[in-house]
Amino acid sequence: MALLEVKNLRVEFPTRRGVLVAVDDISLEISEGEVLGVVGESGAGKSMTGSAIIGLLEPPGRIAGGEIRLEGERIDNLPYEQMRRIRGAKIGAIFQDPLTSLNPLYTIGRQLIETITTHTDSSDSDAQKMAIDLLAEVGIPAPERRFDSYPHEFSGGMRQRVVIALALCVNPRLIVADEPTTALDVSIQAQIIALLKRLCRDHGTAVMLITHDMGVIAETADRVAVMYAGRIAEVGAVRDVVKDARHPYTEGLMGSIPLVGHDVKRLTQIEGAMPRLTEIPAGCAFNPRCPKAFDRCRTDRPELLSTDGTTKAACWLYDEESVHG
Amino acid sequence: MLAFTINRFAQSLVVMFFVALVAFAMFRYVGDPVHQMVGIETTLEEREALRVELGLNDPFYVQFGRFVGNALLLDFGVSYQHKKPVTEMIVARMPATLELSILSALFALLIGVPMGVYTGLNRDGFLSKCFMTVSLIGISLPTFLIGILLIFLFAVILGVLPSFGRGTVVDIGGWRTGLLTVGGLKALIMPAITLGLFQMTLIMRLVRAEMLEVLRTDYIKFARARGLTNRAVNFGHALKNTLVPVITITGLQLGSIIAFAIITETVFQWPGMGLLFLQAIQTVDIPIMAAYLIMIAMFFVVINLIVDILYYVVDPRLRIERGVRGT
Repeated sequence: MALLEVKNLRVEFPTRRGVLVAVDDISLEISEGEVLGVVGESGAGKSMTGSAIIGLLEPPGRIAGGEIRLEGERIDNLPYEQMRRIRGAKIGAIFQDPLTSLNPLYTIGRQLIETITTHTDSSDSDAQKMAIDLLAEVGIPAPERRFDSYPHEFSGGMRQRVVIALALCVNPRLIVADEPTTALDVSIQAQIIALLKRLCRDHGTAVMLITHDMGVIAETADRVAVMYAGRIAEVGAVRDVVKDARHPYTEGLMGSIPLVGHDVKRLTQIEGAMPRLTEIPAGCAFNPRCPKAFDRCRTDRPELLSTDGTTKAACWLYDEESVHG
Repeated sequence: MLAFTINRFAQSLVVMFFVALVAFAMFRYVGDPVHQMVGIETTLEEREALRVELGLNDPFYVQFGRFVGNALLLDFGVSYQHKKPVTEMIVARMPATLELSILSALFALLIGVPMGVYTGLNRDGFLSKCFMTVSLIGISLPTFLIGILLIFLFAVILGVLPSFGRGTVVDIGGWRTGLLTVGGLKALIMPAITLGLFQMTLIMRLVRAEMLEVLRTDYIKFARARGLTNRAVNFGHALKNTLVPVITITGLQLGSIIAFAIITETVFQWPGMGLLFLQAIQTVDIPIMAAYLIMIAMFFVVINLIVDILYYVVDPRLRIERGVRGT
């Protein structure tokens, strides 16, 4: 049984001009200890999926369909209080900007202790010991001394380490990391990613790593789901998706990444832009920009289909009937 | 912390110096003090003698120095109208104004902050919308009108509260207080509400706006993602972050409450400093006006100083020096 199962999840935003579908019928699974990368452009619905999983969609956004199961139990329809007990304890979260993720008025020690004592029966002094050990583990130098420091006394990279410590402090089974390195310097990014990877391996924590950076995914993830306009375009093992993409969108995406050592005159470019949520075309959402689109792509929406490679792609090219029939 | 306090204190002294300058200029150059002090049958010689006696012929800086020196000793001269020392008159009326102002401020804070938090947390609730509508009235109706409406309702129609004065007061070591008797407390209710209503709605709207702002921040989202209880998130994390602007406004408003007690005191014939000041204006009693001006400025400066120090206590980011942790 997978640790996390998302089935046919649909996230909607009712607005004055109608209902926007931010996440449209997506399914994915994460196994124990696995790192699943979720990649896509801004607005592809990857953060929405993450927020839906931790049960913190900003109103008026809501889950309009499908289900989310953690260790087999449904968590998408839990009352707030029950879901609160799961957040932090079973599902941790890391957000994009470490500079704003920590409350500026409390010491990091207080924020750690508060999180630990909320979810466990530890006394404050036990929690403090755990917190200091954890700070050492995430690589904060002199953790006893920094324990009473305020967030503004740390650099961005150090703050993200504290955030990781906060997300991991009650040993959750899964961490939803939403663009954990985007706000950091490139040199720090690699350290943070390496740290996150190491900690999650040590603690056996699964990670849903949301990013638009294919490089981060390639380095970190076991499997990757490529999202486009609120849907999953392709999913598979990282190596296969990077080297041997089957969905035309993923192919285009991979083709647009410059590679060291490859002498290419001009990178491939996907014409046009991702449609706005109000203007998603019928059929496959990618069809207006797809170089290989044919009639069926404009009318019917493709499911994830097994391809001739090892990935699964939501593309009619891999449906025997439509290609040959 | 110490350097910061000393720095702020020095700034306060500069402010007070200029206020004293203005008060003195008013004292000296608005009309002729001698003219206001003597009767029409006084001869020119007698006037000149009085002028010399009061030191009005001395150079500007000598007079100003004397004024500041006396002010430091809390001596603001003698009221033209009442022929009594101004300081004595103000001190006698200060308890009335301070009791009224502090009660109004407490009313504004103790009701305004919870209402602001409530409306911030339950943005679309029915009760929140009621509060917001009512607060519009509080913010837009002029103070004197609220006072008169209250008098009309509770004193004239219902007859449950006195319409003017302080009621029964008890003298405790020179401080005449209305807080210890039922009559005194009853007399306080309407003036305190009148004076505090505007501030209350202001504080409520401010707290609400700040709460909404803070609840959108990443650290609140992250606090929720860590599974903290609603109570810890809303009151531990969110409310504390709204405090800095609230402290600023509340501090300044406390100054305004004391200064603008004038209107409320007039409506309710409250025997405080404001009423004294208003009567002083009508009779061009400049020593009282000058003393009042300096005293109000003093209140503002002291409150500002306290507010600045409070920032320091609340927000660790302002504690610049390493290793020094405020409180």
